[in-house]
Amino acid sequence: MSRLKTIEELKKLREEAQRDIRVRTETGTKIIVGMGTCGIAAGARETMHAILEELKKREVEAHVTTVGCIGMCVKEPLVDIEQAGNPRVTYSNVHPDMVPRLIEEHLINGRVVEEWVVGRLPSA
Amino acid sequence: MLELSLHILDVLENSIEAGATRITLSIEEQVKEDRLTIMVRDNGPGMSEEMAQKAVDPFVTTRTTRHVGLGLPLFAAAAERCNGRLWIEAKPGEGTTVVATFQNSHIDRPPLGNLPATIMAAVLSEQLVDVSYKHTVDGRTFELDTAEIRRGLEPVPLSAPRARQWLESKLQEGLVGLQRPFP
Repeated sequence: MSRLKTIEELKKLREEAQRDIRVRTETGTKIIVGMGTCGIAAGARETMHAILEELKKREVEAHVTTVGCIGMCVKEPLVDIEQAGNPRVTYSNVHPDMVPRLIEEHLINGRVVEEWVVGRLPSA
Repeated sequence: MLELSLHILDVLENSIEAGATRITLSIEEQVKEDRLTIMVRDNGPGMSEEMAQKAVDPFVTTRTTRHVGLGLPLFAAAAERCNGRLWIEAKPGEGTTVVATFQNSHIDRPPLGNLPATIMAAVLSEQLVDVSYKHTVDGRTFELDTAEIRRGLEPVPLSAPRARQWLESKLQEGLVGLQRPFP
């Protein structure tokens, strides 16, 4: 692959992505995946990948990020969902096959999947 | 951990947590010499030589949530059971370098695994961090620096779905290109 071709591709991509961003309105949804040693060993990288794929598939906008160990290693992979004005909800043992339901119920239908919840933090 | 790329992600996360903004990841596969070398160098705060020696002890951690830290000890154990070793080179204020070596063909050597996913997970962390990645297989090299890509994309963030997918596919393509050609 030539360097020039890569730069051309980047330019095109930038234009397209800028258009996306203009259309997009700030959703204020943040998904945080625990990526400490414990999270990684439990499969957090694959969980994060599944989340990104599901968001793309359903065209849902959310900011996905990672965090280190919070000391609840036995419950990893831990996934927090934070939405403006709502408490931050922590889901435990989130494996890739659980991700579609999580995105559909929590993000799309606005219903917390109670059976997978391990904790809540009041909104800041 | 089932893949070396997971150990690598763990070391990258250490760097990020320590406040590094720039990480160099270098992987060298020397098939003839039967050697695999993984090096992660960051521009974080570094540490004393004493701490660098103690960091592979599972009962030493900078974290306050618990008293054990298993990331580096697990990585070191993986290297040692493959006739290799792990060491840390660091000085306060001058960043940290973690090097792990393996006998490439050792039966216990885990596969490298999904390296693009590891680099993506690191780059998508909350803190802004760039990874300069260099992978060599018997003299053939693939190099990619996320800082260059980030600059080329401005003002679009690397986390934008399109940008993210593009970067991941570039990493995948690059690694496919490194595969040994058919004889």
